[in-house]
Amino acid sequence: MKQRNTLVALFSALLMVQPVVASEVQEYTLDNGMKVFVKEDHRAPVVASMVWYKVGSSYEQNGTTGISHVLEHMMFKGTDAHAPGEFSRIIAANGGQDNAFTSRDYTAYFQRLHKDRLPISMELESDRMRNMKVLDEEFAKEVQVVMEERRMRTDDDPEALTSEAFNAAAYVNSPYRRPIIGWMNDLENMTAADIRAWYKTWYAPNNASLVVVGDVQPEEVLALAKKYFGPLQPDTITPPKPVKEVEQRGERRIIVKAPAELPYLLMGYKTPVAKGTADEWEPYALAVLSSILDDGNSARFAKRLIRDQQIATSAGAGYSPFARLDGLFMFDGQPAKGHTIAELEKAIRGEIKLVKDELVSNDELARIKAQVIASEVYEKDSVFYQAMQIGSLETIGLNWRIGEQYADKIKQVTAEQIREVARKYLIDDHLTVAVLEPLPLDHKKPHRPMGEMLR
Amino acid sequence: MNNWIKQRPQWLLLACLIVVSPLASAGPAIQQWQTSNGARVYFVAAPELPMVDLRIVFDAAGAHDGKLPGLALLTNGLLEEGAGKLSANQIADRFAAVGANFGASSHRDMSVISLRSLTQPELLDSAVATLTSVVTQPTFPQKALDRERNRLLIALQSKKQSPDALTDEAFFHAAYGNHPYANDASGTEATVKRIKRQDLLKHYKQYYVGKNAIVAIVGAIDRKQAEALAETIVGKLPAGQPASAIPAVSALTKPQLVKQEFPSSQTHIQVGQPVLSRNDPDYFPLYVGNYILGGGGFVSRLTAEIREKRGLSYSTFSYFAPMRQNGPFIMGLQTRNDQADEALKLLNETLKNFIDNGPTADELKAATQNITGGFALSLDSNAKIIDNIAAIGFYQLPLDYLDSYTTKVDAVTVEQISDAFKRRLQPENMVTVIVGGTVDNAAR
Repeated sequence: MKQRNTLVALFSALLMVQPVVASEVQEYTLDNGMKVFVKEDHRAPVVASMVWYKVGSSYEQNGTTGISHVLEHMMFKGTDAHAPGEFSRIIAANGGQDNAFTSRDYTAYFQRLHKDRLPISMELESDRMRNMKVLDEEFAKEVQVVMEERRMRTDDDPEALTSEAFNAAAYVNSPYRRPIIGWMNDLENMTAADIRAWYKTWYAPNNASLVVVGDVQPEEVLALAKKYFGPLQPDTITPPKPVKEVEQRGERRIIVKAPAELPYLLMGYKTPVAKGTADEWEPYALAVLSSILDDGNSARFAKRLIRDQQIATSAGAGYSPFARLDGLFMFDGQPAKGHTIAELEKAIRGEIKLVKDELVSNDELARIKAQVIASEVYEKDSVFYQAMQIGSLETIGLNWRIGEQYADKIKQVTAEQIREVARKYLIDDHLTVAVLEPLPLDHKKPHRPMGEMLR
Repeated sequence: MNNWIKQRPQWLLLACLIVVSPLASAGPAIQQWQTSNGARVYFVAAPELPMVDLRIVFDAAGAHDGKLPGLALLTNGLLEEGAGKLSANQIADRFAAVGANFGASSHRDMSVISLRSLTQPELLDSAVATLTSVVTQPTFPQKALDRERNRLLIALQSKKQSPDALTDEAFFHAAYGNHPYANDASGTEATVKRIKRQDLLKHYKQYYVGKNAIVAIVGAIDRKQAEALAETIVGKLPAGQPASAIPAVSALTKPQLVKQEFPSSQTHIQVGQPVLSRNDPDYFPLYVGNYILGGGGFVSRLTAEIREKRGLSYSTFSYFAPMRQNGPFIMGLQTRNDQADEALKLLNETLKNFIDNGPTADELKAATQNITGGFALSLDSNAKIIDNIAAIGFYQLPLDYLDSYTTKVDAVTVEQISDAFKRRLQPENMVTVIVGGTVDNAAR
């Protein structure tokens, strides 16, 4: 009882933590439709500058999967004004770091620089937004690099292979069934002309956002954005057709056989995502539910499956409310020594049953909320993270304010709501299960993982 | 101890893996003192965010494992499994209830305990009380040892399905022979099975002592509060003695080729040798030179030769990992099996060319511009500042290390790089590790 009162008192203290004097995000729209977001963080003389495009693997079609990511690679391969590789050389010589990333719902390019060098990154980014050149010989080499990337990340990694096959089984018509890096077959058949066409379809100021976070003044950033991006011509952008995953009518199970030492289990239930309206509490309740099960050492999986029952050597639960299309509430894990995948699955299902049958305790709920409230402060330690949050929310079609409101939404979630979303969404008919079945690693004649990826 | 099992998120693909070289840079005002029992404290005030980061580093890592590789890691990992009257669940609940993040990790040189907390007094006091129990009164329950040993054995087994991990392991075994750096902190199946609770208690008693500890603090507190924090958390540990010196690493005297068959579509390659300690006078010429050779991400020579000109690999790199004793120089890549010979040849030629001819003046200029111009980026968060001051403390680098960093980088000349690479690297005696499938296993 004493412990309990202490916890309650501490939680009250947490609720009084003032949101960090959050500098507001300044939001502008240029005449050509490009959006600009600026957030001040004056702790260090640095800046994170990002350009986000509304295109990613969920915009792609069968036969050309992976094209958004290959295009991202080609964006470093020159424009009329700059030779291949020059972009990175200029940024590096100015003390900067640059890179890019592709996801299901976005492609983004970033530079981290001393604040004085911001104009350089803007000049280069605005140039490649409209003037990229896809040279045939550069494409031929770079698509090989991407195939090597695929071999490294997926083909030679049994858990990644399982995850890729899982997505292809869990989704029927949602584009989330396709791997971001693309199927090897599609990479092998991709052409420079495909890249040029994809670039022309999606890369225009009216399909992009500039996000700048750091030691800057918003008005100065706006002036730079107008100077460099303002003159770019907008283009006609046809947004992707709305796609809604068909209803799943019954549990799906797949097995993936690959050379491996250890088995691996993946489970996913169909779930909705946040749509950005004020009163939709379900995604936030799902997020809290995922933390109740797996958010560090005080969560249920760590306590019960790993430490107490010792059925799992690792066990995870994950859900993200923020994506363009509906997704999955995921579980994964590896059985502990002497236990099987079947036992692990049974144990995870047992935990799911428990959250459907019984309300989570006040202490558990308070702990999750405490961690979210604290994380809100900790996240401000990273300039890069702050820019990521604004860029990703805006690009998936939500609003940066959703990020600012996240902790408040989580604070409002009740134990009853958690039970309700568990009962509504974690149902057998909407479940897909994938199991990695290890093939021996130790023979001379090597196995070929997933034959259809090899030519 | 969930961090043993790494789940790699597949949702984000970077254009290039950035190999983070051990870059530090100039800057924050570091205050330094000792606790009553001899722990050295390094403090940087960061008043902007209402949070504090704490890191306690003990010279109690894999390098001191002796005949029981894995011992330091298990000891470090079990600290949070029971302390004073608190169970593992209570410890985890107490940190979570105040929104504090606790972490423990153990490597070849350092065993680390870390805490991130809000600074509001009730919250910070509670987190610090729990942390103090974990650091000063761990109970090492037998049941927890059995369980964590099993989890560690599974982690060791999972390395065997990763060609990258196998390459790394084979490299260190070949390059370090009988030296304690030969094993990574997780030890081997045989040694992990032999570790007893008594070994943990003994390791803890000997190494988790004041004179063997560094405390790094960064956050929105003042010097007085920082002094009190350090005293509270480690002040009650016995003063003890600093750990004995780690033996020097013998230079390699002959080339070694390690080839391992693995059913993968790519071959992973690493080439290198032990070479550099943290306090080495050649640190700056080697560090700046390596940026040009293979440390500078998109703009290095290795990336140009292997990735940009020929499309042979997604990630090719070289780095020096300076440690207490000579840490390794490693260059590496991964490529489709049938291209492995060509890629290895390019790797070696690029190195030889760099050693024979050194960098150009333009390359050096670009390198120093990047390192000094990007100096602020390596200190732009509390997390990065504490990384830097913990290393300064642990390796006893001068307190003005960060302030003088860019000056030292700027002073490096083409001749110094050439000279240092010629003297310190011996391609004729390097270890070469090749892990992968046969050519007929390749995609085509």
